[in-house]
Amino acid sequence: MNKNSALSVELCGLKLDNPIIPASGTFGYGYEFAELYDINILGSFSFKGTTYEPRFGNPTPRIAECPAGMLNSIGLQNPGVHAVINEELPKLKKVFNKKVIANVGGFSVEEYARTAALLDECEQIGLIEVNISCPNVHNGGMSFGTDPKAAAEVTAAVKKATTKPVFMKLSPNVSDIVAIAKACEDAGADGISLINTLLGMRIDLRRKKPVLANKMGGFSGSAVFPVAVRMVYQVYEAVKLPIIGMGGVSSADDVIEMMLAGASAVQIGAANLVDPFVCKDIIETLPAAMAKYGINNLKDIIGGAHNG
Amino acid sequence: MLKQDLYTITENRRIANGIFGMTLLGAHGFTKPGQFANIKLDGLYLRRPISVCDFDENGFSLIYKTVGRGTELMSELREGTSLDILTGLGNGYAIENSGKKPLLIAGGSGVPPMYKLAESLINEGREVTAILGFNSKEDVYLEDELKALGVRVRITTVDGSYADKGFVTDAMTDELDYSFFYTCGPLPMYKAIRKVVKTEGQYSFEERMGCGFGACMGCSMKTRSGGKRICKDGPVFDSTEIIWGEEL
Repeated sequence: MNKNSALSVELCGLKLDNPIIPASGTFGYGYEFAELYDINILGSFSFKGTTYEPRFGNPTPRIAECPAGMLNSIGLQNPGVHAVINEELPKLKKVFNKKVIANVGGFSVEEYARTAALLDECEQIGLIEVNISCPNVHNGGMSFGTDPKAAAEVTAAVKKATTKPVFMKLSPNVSDIVAIAKACEDAGADGISLINTLLGMRIDLRRKKPVLANKMGGFSGSAVFPVAVRMVYQVYEAVKLPIIGMGGVSSADDVIEMMLAGASAVQIGAANLVDPFVCKDIIETLPAAMAKYGINNLKDIIGGAHNG
Repeated sequence: MLKQDLYTITENRRIANGIFGMTLLGAHGFTKPGQFANIKLDGLYLRRPISVCDFDENGFSLIYKTVGRGTELMSELREGTSLDILTGLGNGYAIENSGKKPLLIAGGSGVPPMYKLAESLINEGREVTAILGFNSKEDVYLEDELKALGVRVRITTVDGSYADKGFVTDAMTDELDYSFFYTCGPLPMYKAIRKVVKTEGQYSFEERMGCGFGACMGCSMKTRSGGKRICKDGPVFDSTEIIWGEEL
């Protein structure tokens, strides 16, 4: 394996060989991709959003085509935290020897904390990413990520439940992303992940009805990249926490741009679904892209686009 | 086994009303009938899943109906064009379940996977009957090709303009003798079939997919053994696994 220190980054003491992290919900629990390539080349990956109870998710269709992107309305389908700990993580251990990011979803402050407490005991987990931004579930998910007070409550509760670094994953569907990020920082968050998907809708012209059974869904893909870069830039200015940047990233150039905006590491989401080898390709092409832009070490460019 | 590569179109032509056949050259991942390809097309973000009709060591062929932008774009592609395709996706039909006299039942755009399935069964020495349902005479395809394999073929058309008037279930008479069934077609056809079939069998499902290889949970379906991914755990499911509830 190519251990190029010029690519290595760090998130709250968690050392990553490179900043490339497949995003939650686009990489399952890892082993579909382990059949395709050695996933140990990744910095880490964020596993499928996990709730306390198992969930089947929303009715189908859950997927819609968009210009330069897609909608999804999966609705946090997952086997529940107990099955993740007892079945998915042992399976993952056979194909992935690095620390994984545990993505946690929930419908109440208590549920987030209970799930995080169980995951706290898993040595394979490097940090916990708290999804307070899922647009596809009712009475949970995004409702915590669109109100600074609720975001702070979830942050504090999860922090109390675990000793692992806690990253709050924020929704772009807000008028003031900085207020939410600051509320998380004040409540003790160790880092910020952003952005989750943008709430969207498509209508089928033949049926004259929404394409998605759930009507609305989360918009992701290369089209959302400028929105993500803007929000990472704004949050970097306002908080001192490390940021995992994501939203439409699909090339080594995008990774560099996201890091210049302020991301310490970068997640790749929808692009994995279209090209299952995209993360491998990005890792392999990063050195050439760095050379092209005169970058010797990725750590040096984090937040590089900011003045002073 | 999933394989991503660039494949060259060697043929792409209309074979029936709104139905096109495309042949592609290159090493692929197909091992079983009923698997599918997921095709990247210029101007579209998501790939488009199309079931495989036939494959050999040199390449594979797809038959598709133009139903939306993806298939319309496909129908305009010229020979010699290269396409980025994920091949070898999905579980495919279990030919070992067939017994001596398997019955294939397909409707409309569900007919294509029946070709490789029939060939595989015949190679195993099975006596294969196929019932193919179409709307009208100009929609009929693959009849001659299946007959050439040695399949006993029965055709039904809804308007009676060709062969027997009616639906596939009208051809599934009491006298029809079969050991197992395999089917591919629209959901209303499945609902009619399941009321008249005399044996166990396998149904192939379709759904709007995100990835096509099991990562996104976009195409989930509830089964008797829990939630399954149509793209990865399916698209073919045993009749004993399917819950014919309100969602189906």
